[in-house]
Amino acid sequence: MKSLLKATVAAIAFAAAGSAANAADVKACFVYVGPVGDFGWSYQHDQGRLAVEEKFGDKVETAYLESVPEGPDAERAIERFAREGCDIIFTTSFGYMNPTIKVAKDFPDVKFEHATGYKTAENVATYNSKFHQGRYIIGQIAAKQSEAGVAGYIASFPIPEVVSGINAFMLGAQSVNPDFKVKVVWVNTWFDPGKEADAAKALFDQGADIITQHTDSTAPLQVAQERGMKGFGQASDMIAFAPDAQYTSIIDDWAPYYIHRVQEVLDGTWESHSSWEGLAEGHVVMAPYTNLPEDVVEMAKATEAKIKDGWEPFTGPITKQDGTVAAEDGVRLDDGAILGMNWYVQGIDDQLPQ
Amino acid sequence: MFEAVLLTVITAATPLLIAALGELVVERSGVLNLGVEGMMIMGAVVGFAIANLTGSGALGVIAAIGAGMAMSALFGFLVLVLVANQVATGLALTILGLGLSGMIGEAFIGVPGLRLPELYIPGLSDIPFIGPVFFQQDAIVYLGFALVIAVTYVLFRTRAGLILRSVGDNHGSAHALGYSVIKIRFMAVLFGGACAGLAGAYMSLAYTPQWVENMTAGRGWIALALVVFASWLPLRVVIGAYLFGAVSVLNLHAQALGLGIPSQFLSSLPYIATIAVLVLISANRRLTLVNTPACLGKPFVPDR
Repeated sequence: MKSLLKATVAAIAFAAAGSAANAADVKACFVYVGPVGDFGWSYQHDQGRLAVEEKFGDKVETAYLESVPEGPDAERAIERFAREGCDIIFTTSFGYMNPTIKVAKDFPDVKFEHATGYKTAENVATYNSKFHQGRYIIGQIAAKQSEAGVAGYIASFPIPEVVSGINAFMLGAQSVNPDFKVKVVWVNTWFDPGKEADAAKALFDQGADIITQHTDSTAPLQVAQERGMKGFGQASDMIAFAPDAQYTSIIDDWAPYYIHRVQEVLDGTWESHSSWEGLAEGHVVMAPYTNLPEDVVEMAKATEAKIKDGWEPFTGPITKQDGTVAAEDGVRLDDGAILGMNWYVQGIDDQLPQ
Repeated sequence: MFEAVLLTVITAATPLLIAALGELVVERSGVLNLGVEGMMIMGAVVGFAIANLTGSGALGVIAAIGAGMAMSALFGFLVLVLVANQVATGLALTILGLGLSGMIGEAFIGVPGLRLPELYIPGLSDIPFIGPVFFQQDAIVYLGFALVIAVTYVLFRTRAGLILRSVGDNHGSAHALGYSVIKIRFMAVLFGGACAGLAGAYMSLAYTPQWVENMTAGRGWIALALVVFASWLPLRVVIGAYLFGAVSVLNLHAQALGLGIPSQFLSSLPYIATIAVLVLISANRRLTLVNTPACLGKPFVPDR
């Protein structure tokens, strides 16, 4: 009797273990730099993860770790996922680049996807989006709408992604008003609502009447709303926080990419690559144009269509801040030059922190 | 222009000031509560949630104070009744608060909040310059000013304050004189929790009226540093909080003006100032002895 009981228990346990292992064909894991509740960068990545779950149902299991600091902690988090049987691991911040490469060496059977970096390996792919395409459009809108001719730009860290965003914004603005001014404020954080709000206030106090940001919270737009000024959303559609202030928002939509890559793992066709897509592929989406006159909306939509047709905002003539030529008339900067950008275009009223 | 800068400084300094004042009272009673950040973030999320559900900012503020006190009561029970290690418990309180607030706040992400109205004080708010800066603020800013006066008065001008300080300086003697060390410390801890909760409410209902995870972004830790910076004196907390607020806001203005000072240097200035003051304080032994609560962080177990 006793042995029968034992056998039954063992059978149940075995069945349970078996079903757990068979429940999903692929385990997709995500490492986030911020909390999923930031309503910005990490939130959008998590929306992509949820889209994967919805699309594949029981076939794919997902897991995530949030607020993982860049640095040694990241390596531990990534390694933990690799050990736990994740088949594909998405590491979603620039600072995870070296930890990802390091862990990937020890786990050749696991597939790694690193967002916004430039180092790849046989089992490490990189992916990024052409956010600067959206920034060119909002630059044009800002130049059309600003009465002061001055926009404020709240920037996080002087890395190429942010610098190219500022440049794209300025090029867009200059295409409408060559004398347009941009004031840049570096807050040295991706996420601190209080500090971002203070930066917005400082910019408005110093004469800007439109702000844009490369930080993750909705606080700057809220300040714009309160002051009766204007601004642009970041990463997600922030219209609810600033119904009268938001012109549009540059939305990161990671869902198509995540679904596509997880599908490839399921099919066994996954290969390493460097993906860098934008408006045309739906990885960057413009939120509805609001609070704008008809002609400006039309201009924005025309630029959006032009970019979707393959036009690149970083097409010459482009002059650097120091007066040297970055691109001759009609010449298009290559991807490497945009992804590694460490100089300002002419007209920006700021010294790039080194 | 100067007026606008000052307004921003007051907003930036108020949460630091309130949380630091609360912690100052806690430390004066001899307890070190490192959980300020956790209590603050709980105040922020509960304040936002209640204000959002009831539509009343005042109820939100009261709920936030309650949430801070509930967290501090947990801390007080662990370190005063069960005599758990204060440093470890305080750190755990911060981690608990960050996690719990994320869970409670999940439904409120992406929901626009409600802002506490500005209260104009009749007469005073019409004074040029001083009026707009000091007398056209929301209720929590006024509460902050009032707290400074109240804490200074109670701590140094009343019997209750004297008892509180004696408990912090020598709990053995206070106990021998017949004061209930545990009870007094518990009340101080609750006051600290209430202040941290209020500071949190200021973040989510006035500073940036919204809820996002981790929105206090380390301000609880700065408040802790300010208490040491102020060498446990309330008026110096005011100076510290405003200095901190001013430096971080002036950094942004200096950049917007295009002065060309490296932003990394300006961002680190408040921290450099804190370290410098800490060095100065610890170098002056007399100063340290006068103001540091001698029993700070030491557990008290009454012999029965």
